[in-house]
Amino acid sequence: MTTETDRTAADSKVERASLVEATRPSSEVVHFPVHAPLTLSSGQTFGPFSIAYKTYGALNADKSNAILICHALTGDQYVASENPVTKKPGWWISLVGPGKSIDTDKYFVICSNILGGCLGSSGPASIDPETGKPYGLSFPVITIADMVEAQVRLIDHLGIKSLFSVVGGSMGGMQVLEWAARHPQRVFSAIPIATAAHHSAQNIAFHEVGRQAVMADPNWRGGRYLEEGTFPRNGLSVARMAAHITYLSEDALQGKFGRNLQERSAKTFSFDADFQIESYLRYQGSTFVDRFDANSYLYITRAMDYFDMEADNGGKLANAFHGTRTRFCVVSFTSDWLYPTRESRDIVRALNAVAANVSFVEIESDKGHDAFLLDEPELFQTVSGFLGAAAEARGLVARSGTRG
Amino acid sequence: MSVVQAHTGTDTAKAVTQHVRVDHQLIAEMVRPGSRVLDVGCGDGALLDLLRRTRDVDGRGVEISREKVNACVARGLSVIQGDADRDLPAYPDAAFDYAVLSLTIQATRRPKMVLDNLLRIGRHAIVSFPNFGHWRVRSQLMFRGRMPVTEHLPEQWYDSPDGHLCTIKDFVALCAMLDARVEQKVAFNTAGQKLGTWLPLTAHNLLGEKAVFLLTRT
Repeated sequence: MTTETDRTAADSKVERASLVEATRPSSEVVHFPVHAPLTLSSGQTFGPFSIAYKTYGALNADKSNAILICHALTGDQYVASENPVTKKPGWWISLVGPGKSIDTDKYFVICSNILGGCLGSSGPASIDPETGKPYGLSFPVITIADMVEAQVRLIDHLGIKSLFSVVGGSMGGMQVLEWAARHPQRVFSAIPIATAAHHSAQNIAFHEVGRQAVMADPNWRGGRYLEEGTFPRNGLSVARMAAHITYLSEDALQGKFGRNLQERSAKTFSFDADFQIESYLRYQGSTFVDRFDANSYLYITRAMDYFDMEADNGGKLANAFHGTRTRFCVVSFTSDWLYPTRESRDIVRALNAVAANVSFVEIESDKGHDAFLLDEPELFQTVSGFLGAAAEARGLVARSGTRG
Repeated sequence: MSVVQAHTGTDTAKAVTQHVRVDHQLIAEMVRPGSRVLDVGCGDGALLDLLRRTRDVDGRGVEISREKVNACVARGLSVIQGDADRDLPAYPDAAFDYAVLSLTIQATRRPKMVLDNLLRIGRHAIVSFPNFGHWRVRSQLMFRGRMPVTEHLPEQWYDSPDGHLCTIKDFVALCAMLDARVEQKVAFNTAGQKLGTWLPLTAHNLLGEKAVFLLTRT
């Protein structure tokens, strides 16, 4: 066990590493100049801006084998390679890599840090060229659509006209839907996983708890903590703890922790982490603050709360996909109560209403929302089967008979 | 179920027919090549796979069993987990050339509504069902006084999902009620042979173990 002082010393070192990554990412990064700004959903224009990204595999001669992977709330561009801050392996190596369902031997995989993120794309921790200081709260409020438009610029920059597939879970799935709705000709196939076409009151409620926890931390300093050399560790950690509960199922929590005590034989009659679940959540909170920017957390959760494709399309989700030729594969998990199956079913109904080409799989899992990131063989089979058929339809592979 | 191996070249059609269910084979013959087909209650995707390989069909499926859906998608078919009673109303009119309901209508909660939707979604509807008017069924009821158990109705009444069994004559009456024109009507006997179309309806109803109807809304 490390002592509290050890941990703080180690943390501040890592914290510096994450700050370096926010401004000088170890991945590729493309800078879009001031004369090519983004027009945001709010009506504001934003530029210059940067998008940090990683690619895996090789782009084929006619640039038809590119897959864009969209990351979730606290994800990053390191989908299949070591994260430079945490030194942990890529966050979706179960699904993406050589010989995996998203096979980097066949496909050219692109994953970019979202606009508003904190690992090299423009976000509140980036330096505002006008002031030379971190944006903080002067960063504009963005939406999922804005994140997608920033990705569009990256895809343009890479010279890719049409993506073979756009894939993502949770908030990544929202980007997938937005891509398919806004740029149907550029999306040959789409795999939105464990997601929804709008944020529910409950989703917004949990996010608000997280944001209030961050803003209640005196070290948040009205959002200017970077300038003032502080960091709202406690607030962001509490936000992560609350959010983490929503990523797990009740059964998984009960099965894993129950009422087990943490390295003690009796209750201590104090507010120590007596229970294993408390200790686990505290750990999740403390490791999260080492790698994530507090203001980014506010901005990204806000973007998710604003997400409502139904409202954006005249109150009818189906309008978003009218005439689409994109092949969809919608995936949900039985124990996911954050983005439950009925939300995916709504997406499927809307796609059916426009006679879109859609597959829909609900995967049995007790792992809750987090299942999409974990070892779920049925997810792997679904994704590889769907992509295999799509690759045939796109002429990426020779048409075969029956696949096994 | 049908274990169809991949074949190449000209033996494909021949090799395939050897393993395929007779009603599937007949449906494949009814479907125009290159058309759009929705298979409601598509099971493990055998019919969709057959249509894709032999008729170059753009096929979609709806299946209630999660395991079967997952297997379909993993083999590259476009299938959604759903059920005929609940999910068909979401589809627009004439979205498909053919809407197929293969040995499924008897297991739906509201067969009339399902068939109505089928005729609306597809320019044509193809429906196959086990015939409850078959002489074996009748004789089991008549002489044993028990609910029949046959090859096509394999389960006991308490285990069976088939809540709305009908005879060929019943189905013809339902088609008339829904303004559906019967374009083609084929009944198979116990040996899987087509009954002669010259036979009267009463004979089909007595000798046909299952039937396949090609319908168009008038």
